Amino acid sequence: MLLLLALAPLLTGLVRLVKARLLRRQGPPLLQPYRDLIRLLRKEVVLAHSASWLFRVIPYLIFAGTWVAASLVPTFRSGLLFSWSADLIALIALLGSARFFLALAGLDVGTSFGGIGSSREVMIASLAEPAMLMIVFTIALIAGSTQLSVMAAHMTSGEVGLRVSLGLALLALVMVSIAENARIPIDNPATHLELTMVHEAMVLEYSGRHLALIDLASELKLLFYVSVIACLFVPWGIAPPDGNAGAIAVGAAAYVAKLAAGAVLLAVFETSIAKMRVFRVPAFLGAALMLGLLGTLLLFVSGSL
Amino acid sequence: MVTAALLCVVALMALAPIAVVLSASSRANGLVYASCLIVTLMLAVVGGVSLFDRSTSGIVLPLGLPWLGAHFRIDALAAFFLIVLGLGGAAASTFALGYGQHERTPERVLPFYPAYLAGMNLVVLADDAFSFLMAWEFMSLTSWALVVAHHRERENLQAGYVYLLMAGFGTLALLLAFGLLAGSDGNYLFESIRAAQPGTDVAAIVLVLALVGAGSKAGVVPLHAWLPLAHPAAPSHVSALMSGVMTKVAVYGFVRIAFDLLGPPVWWWSMLVLAIGGATAVMGVLYALMQHDLKRLLAYHTVENIGIIFIGLGLALAFKAYGMADAAALALTAGLLHVFNHSVFKSLLFFGAGAVLSATGERDMEHLGGLIHRMPQTAFAFLVGCVAISALPPLNGFVSEWLTFQAILLSPQLPSWGLKFLVPAVGALLALSAALAAACFVKAFGVSFLGRPRTPAAANARETDSNSLAAMFFLSALCLVAGVLPGIFIDALAPVTGALVGVSMPHQAGLDWLTIVPVAESRSSYNGLLVFVFIALSGSIAAFAIHRLASDKIRRGPAWDCGYPDSSPATQYTASSFAQPIRRVYGTTVFRAREIGDMPPPGATRPARLTVELRDLIWDAAYAPLAAFIEQATERLNVLQFLTIRRYLTLVFAALVLLLLVLAIWS
Repeated sequence: MLLLLALAPLLTGLVRLVKARLLRRQGPPLLQPYRDLIRLLRKEVVLAHSASWLFRVIPYLIFAGTWVAASLVPTFRSGLLFSWSADLIALIALLGSARFFLALAGLDVGTSFGGIGSSREVMIASLAEPAMLMIVFTIALIAGSTQLSVMAAHMTSGEVGLRVSLGLALLALVMVSIAENARIPIDNPATHLELTMVHEAMVLEYSGRHLALIDLASELKLLFYVSVIACLFVPWGIAPPDGNAGAIAVGAAAYVAKLAAGAVLLAVFETSIAKMRVFRVPAFLGAALMLGLLGTLLLFVSGSL
Repeated sequence: MVTAALLCVVALMALAPIAVVLSASSRANGLVYASCLIVTLMLAVVGGVSLFDRSTSGIVLPLGLPWLGAHFRIDALAAFFLIVLGLGGAAASTFALGYGQHERTPERVLPFYPAYLAGMNLVVLADDAFSFLMAWEFMSLTSWALVVAHHRERENLQAGYVYLLMAGFGTLALLLAFGLLAGSDGNYLFESIRAAQPGTDVAAIVLVLALVGAGSKAGVVPLHAWLPLAHPAAPSHVSALMSGVMTKVAVYGFVRIAFDLLGPPVWWWSMLVLAIGGATAVMGVLYALMQHDLKRLLAYHTVENIGIIFIGLGLALAFKAYGMADAAALALTAGLLHVFNHSVFKSLLFFGAGAVLSATGERDMEHLGGLIHRMPQTAFAFLVGCVAISALPPLNGFVSEWLTFQAILLSPQLPSWGLKFLVPAVGALLALSAALAAACFVKAFGVSFLGRPRTPAAANARETDSNSLAAMFFLSALCLVAGVLPGIFIDALAPVTGALVGVSMPHQAGLDWLTIVPVAESRSSYNGLLVFVFIALSGSIAAFAIHRLASDKIRRGPAWDCGYPDSSPATQYTASSFAQPIRRVYGTTVFRAREIGDMPPPGATRPARLTVELRDLIWDAAYAPLAAFIEQATERLNVLQFLTIRRYLTLVFAALVLLLLVLAIWS
């Protein structure tokens, strides 16, 4: 758990750095997200007069929900101590709870930008969440389980092979992950133009330690999605539950390599595409939903597709 | 046990005339509701004892049809619904102890309230078709009386009218269903119906009729039209009962007929139920998202949850038809658990809406806002309800939806091709409705409780009384307990599924850490308790560490809002502007939503206006033409009222000849 907490800002730092280099900028140093977090943590909180008690509790709830979800994903070793306490559906729903509270926070102070952010976020979520569930269905039908560690074990076992439905699910999962993490083309994490903000608009009123927690939670969320993709579609190298120290070391190295590859791919993708208009997003996510549904449907029709 | 339950019902019935006599006195409110509270709690206990004893008990009373008598029985299914009814009724009565004092015309509410409770319980207890229908109609009529309690408002009168029509229509369908089941011998006893086993054609017609009859009371699309009108019109504690509890009595009616009386199901029944369930779930939540009246939003949302319940029931029928008993038990448990969960959080939310209504006099969310500052306790309870109903862990709504998803994941093994295509689509609809429900309750809570007050009424609201709060906190606690310890509730349902589909889900209570494992551990498991503990721990550790090691200073200042804060609360997002993106994405097709902008030319002094036009296509396509047809037909037939005596006699004679002819040709 703590390891994830330590890794999450690094992943975001790497994405930022690669993006900057692709744009021929020097870019912030790799460790900048840590410095940002520490600086924010030390600052005092400036709270709007109209903010309620809920506004102050929400950052902790979001952070806790995302952290728990991220720690229940098998990263480099499959036999997690508590992996049975929540399956993939529950993890998605846990992130859904975090989003629910974030959207409430956007409405709490009673400003127009917060409202913009929340209302757009729930619109995006209303498509992204079912799409994600359909993806889970597809993979669960192949693996015969919704348990992430069982799924990963099944994927490595070699009896899966190349399948149409898995291809559809991977494509849809990438699309959903981009949307869920407020990345270009859905949202721009580095935007400073108010009317294009979604995630940034919701957290506009946050400052100090509250903002630090929310930033850390979104970094954890990025890590969650990269880990889930890695665990399901490139599960090679994950140490078995009874693996020795050598296997665990290989697993850890493989995991770090996967994260780095994910970060580079994300940065390349983000620099090569322009942001969409808000009302083009439903078409994008609708496509992801349809891909997920198609994958599930194929598996209902024939178990071998 | 059944005697005790009937005594409770009699006590409730007796309360009604007492309430008529007492209603003028100032103590009537407390007396009636306190008695209702005690009696409904006793009913819940009776249900609980019979469920855990796994005992059935019956009784025959010399009432009703002379050759039949009135049969009453408590079996596992009835016992489960008695618990739902008892808990819902007890919570509503507690809430009403406080809320009822704001009632301006108590004489129109107090007598009907206990009678309504009695009617609902009688439906569940009835063991023959005649008593069932009598109780059903009694329940409809008493609830109608409560809907039109505030009859001076035109809207309520119209709601009552539509409700009465639909209730009559639903009872008619059920009457025909039971008529077919009883056959030409008139076997109205449930026991002899069960033994008779109707033929497949008759059974199919009965299923459709039951779906229409019970479905119209439960509010399945397209028979839902009355529900969002009638439920909000009643006083809030009655709204909670109607939405949270009466719709469950309707579900009971459907389950009783489809799973118990009809015998082994045919596979295509489940297609019908699943398709209706999926459509109901999505349409219900989309309607709810378009509302800005808090109580109406909640009523539409009931429609969505009924859809989720019917999806579970439909899956159970499909599995039962193909002899997959374990999967059927899982699906049925999911549906019934959602029955319980929905009755808890929907009552809670209606209480919250009622508390807001009595504190501000407003149901329109556009006139609320910032109530969390003025009513912090109500806001907290309402928030718990919102999280639970949005199917978010670790509360109870998530558990039943999770079980439904697990049941869907078992369905590729179904051999029928129709189901193979339908079930994934229904799964997608269920997922969509869950996500939209979260959006809907962000809106409901965010616009009414958060932000800045939009009207003086909202700015000067007062926290509600302690009885109402007690009812809300009791239900919030139930939401949490059912969410973190779902194993207990699943085990409690075991006798019910055992009676209806032959087997029950694996026993859950003995598993490590109170995890729930619906099929096999390698397949899926969920532990609400651990998830809750993890979240609580990591949240509080983070808070403690940050406050100790980093900073705990707070400074209050004006809102930032990108440097342009506007002091007017009118600049906040409203309920309709919040729903605008979703309206554009889904509403343009589903509701033909159009935004009409009226921009005055430069120099004109009139204000610019933006109006949104929504059309209810179901109403336009089904209800409006039907109403127009009936109106036209009655207009034509009106001539018959003004005939001479000779013509009337001719008419009678002609009818007689016609009937005799029919009889002659028939035989």
